[in-house]
Amino acid sequence: MMTAPVQTQTVDLVARFPGVVAAETRPGYTGFVVEKEKLVEVATALRDEFGYDLLTAVTAVDYLPENKMEVVYHAYKTTGGPGLVFRVQVPRVDPVEVPSLIHVYPGVDLQEREAWDLMGIRFTGHPDLRRILMWEGYEGHPLRKDWKEPFYEEEAKPFKSRWPEGKHILAEERNPFNDNLKFPPNFDPEKWVPDNEESLYAALKRYTVESEDGMNTDRIVVNMGPHHPSTHGVFRAALTLDGETIVGLKPVVGYLHRNHDKIGERNTFLQNMPYTDRLDYFNSMSNNLAYAITVEKLMNIPVAERAEYIRVIMAELSRVQNHLIFIGMLLNDLGAMYTPALYAFEERELILDIFEEVSGARMMCNYLRFGGVVRDVSPAAMHKIKDLVFDRLPAKTDEMERLLAENEVLVARLKGVRVVDAETAVKYSVTGPVLRAAGVPYDIRRADPYSIYDRFDFDVAVRQNGDMYDNFMIRVDEIRQSLRILGQAVKQIPDGPINSQKPQYQVRVPAGEAYGRIESPKGELAFYVVSNGKPNPWRYHVRPASFVNITCLEQMCIGTKIQDFVALLGMLDIVMGELDR
Amino acid sequence: MYGKGILKGLGVTWRRFWSTYLEDISWLLSGKKRYFTEEGVRHRSSKHARGIFTVQYPEEKLIIPEEFRYVPFLVYDEGEGGKKEVRCTSCGICAKVCPPQCIWIVRSNDPNTGRPIPEPTEFYIDADICMNCGFCAEYCPFDAIKMDHDFEIASYGRNVYSLEKLLKPASYYASIRPENYAREEEARKAKEAAKAAKAAAKPAA
Ligand code: SF4
Ligand code: SF4
Repeated sequence: MMTAPVQTQTVDLVARFPGVVAAETRPGYTGFVVEKEKLVEVATALRDEFGYDLLTAVTAVDYLPENKMEVVYHAYKTTGGPGLVFRVQVPRVDPVEVPSLIHVYPGVDLQEREAWDLMGIRFTGHPDLRRILMWEGYEGHPLRKDWKEPFYEEEAKPFKSRWPEGKHILAEERNPFNDNLKFPPNFDPEKWVPDNEESLYAALKRYTVESEDGMNTDRIVVNMGPHHPSTHGVFRAALTLDGETIVGLKPVVGYLHRNHDKIGERNTFLQNMPYTDRLDYFNSMSNNLAYAITVEKLMNIPVAERAEYIRVIMAELSRVQNHLIFIGMLLNDLGAMYTPALYAFEERELILDIFEEVSGARMMCNYLRFGGVVRDVSPAAMHKIKDLVFDRLPAKTDEMERLLAENEVLVARLKGVRVVDAETAVKYSVTGPVLRAAGVPYDIRRADPYSIYDRFDFDVAVRQNGDMYDNFMIRVDEIRQSLRILGQAVKQIPDGPINSQKPQYQVRVPAGEAYGRIESPKGELAFYVVSNGKPNPWRYHVRPASFVNITCLEQMCIGTKIQDFVALLGMLDIVMGELDR
Repeated sequence: MYGKGILKGLGVTWRRFWSTYLEDISWLLSGKKRYFTEEGVRHRSSKHARGIFTVQYPEEKLIIPEEFRYVPFLVYDEGEGGKKEVRCTSCGICAKVCPPQCIWIVRSNDPNTGRPIPEPTEFYIDADICMNCGFCAEYCPFDAIKMDHDFEIASYGRNVYSLEKLLKPASYYASIRPENYAREEEARKAKEAAKAAKAAAKPAA
């Protein structure tokens, strides 16, 4: 079967834009191809006339053999339903230029910068098109197909040097400063002096206006991070301050960048599974799930019934521990050092015990396989899950709420401090609890159901004010809903096989593209995978919730005081493993 | 009343604070040891756990479940006279499936015929690169490579394991993964029995 998953085309873009938009015809692909010159116009119509207000993903694909580049957009409606894919194709001749959609969907900001950085697509009209993940002096665009990384060995794994003549060589012995590493011309790593980040501060300059009342107030730039206890890893924000008020902000990321996408394209489809664990390392089960459903879409295979339930159980347990830790860590950020955090860690320990028992590892679970899961949940482990779901976690959630929710000091700190309003959140492609706390009941488990979430009875947690208190409480609400789902899942789970496929170390994936998305605890986590029928994906792209959500950070922070920055960043619940990839 | 929420929260910490002592006392009264015993550690990772959770590594260790996986080892069966019968046939599947490509195998060739013989001459695992994914053990068709439980491998140098270091007896495997071992032995016996039955049926036919 070579057919791609059918997507109901609810819009007839071709009729609306004759001669400009064409329906995609390649087998395994869906959506529309838009003429580059009319892209902005078409996108505006999609947003305003057709209601696709949430642009979740922008990414590029390098079709080297056809000598063209493609930028792919995935748009959704916040009212729910399937998405719409549209794309622009341009010849692969530098400069590769595509109009920026930043004025239609401001949420594309960082994603366009990423596509520029890694693929070399120049988005015309983007006001601040700098590199984002690689460093400023970097040469080349590493996700292009003709780019080779240091320690490059072969186009694709498995490498021939490993078997049958596998004489071991240490990786560092293959000279990294030879042909494998590309520096700008005349570049000497010994003599390189960074440019003092002038381009970064230039991006902030637009805020340094002279004060109009004659008083000379200096606007200063403060770097929070990359080594700052509250930034959840090596994250840095360059803030422009007017007194204590934040008037400008640029996130600086990429310190943990390892080019996960490129590694993924060298790997076989199966080999990527354990790598996804390392994205959001708090929720490896969810990451596995997102990747598995994407490749299953491409392969067009069913998932074993029992495995579907196991997947839901694991994903929801993961959400429970993530949100508990979120609450603990938020309190840490606010100065309530460690008591709530360690209470949360106790429950997380118990959940990780279960992960370890079923998958063999506490954090790097690598538990899902295409078509199912790797091994069954034993009756003993199932018993433990039931113990937690019915006897322990509900009480502990109540306890957490009792500990914090009414505390006057905390309430005074959180209530009424704006995080983000609904309109801005949607504009900036924010997903997950932050979006729902702003009053948009958008939860992919309901809006665009995957796996078997349509079988469970649960409410989409939503709060109306979009302030810090709502952002905090919505996590508690979501834990309760997850426990509801878990309660139903452990009761309904049938016996049976745990994989619909025979175990095989090399899967056959027909040519085509797939975009698989899930509601991860942090927002929309999606994978965009293109296969050309070979054992390795042609394009493997992660659309992480953390990365896209920080697009909105500047909007959230402008006008607030610097002491709120830490809390606002905490609200987004970022994790650098996923953000930097 | 202002301060009610704070008091409520303090009630939680108050109860938590005392529960450690209450636990200790109740264990003491029942004559059991809460610390430095397997029973105690087990209790602390059950739904009944209250009070202090900390497992005092290295004096205490978490109970390792059977499926726990760490850097793999190669299994050999003990033949007659202590001869090591290496299960690996150097088929290369593990080296192909390994995501970070940290397995290196040199296949043996018969010096006379030049044809491959099923035993590796050399087998390396670069344990510093191994991501403990477990794929090698999962896809090895001969149950020849298995994931270990021994996670205390910190060292000053690079951990490149050669055949010598990797080989461990099947009895060790049975001791860390009894259920898996029993299941595999059963499957193997069933297979051999089927083979024997087939062989027995042949001359009769
Ligand atoms: S360990 Fe198993 S998979 Fe690896 S070469 Fe030996 S027999 Fe093949
Ligand atoms: S556990 Fe994974 S990474 Fe380690 S040797 Fe086996 S296949 Fe390779």
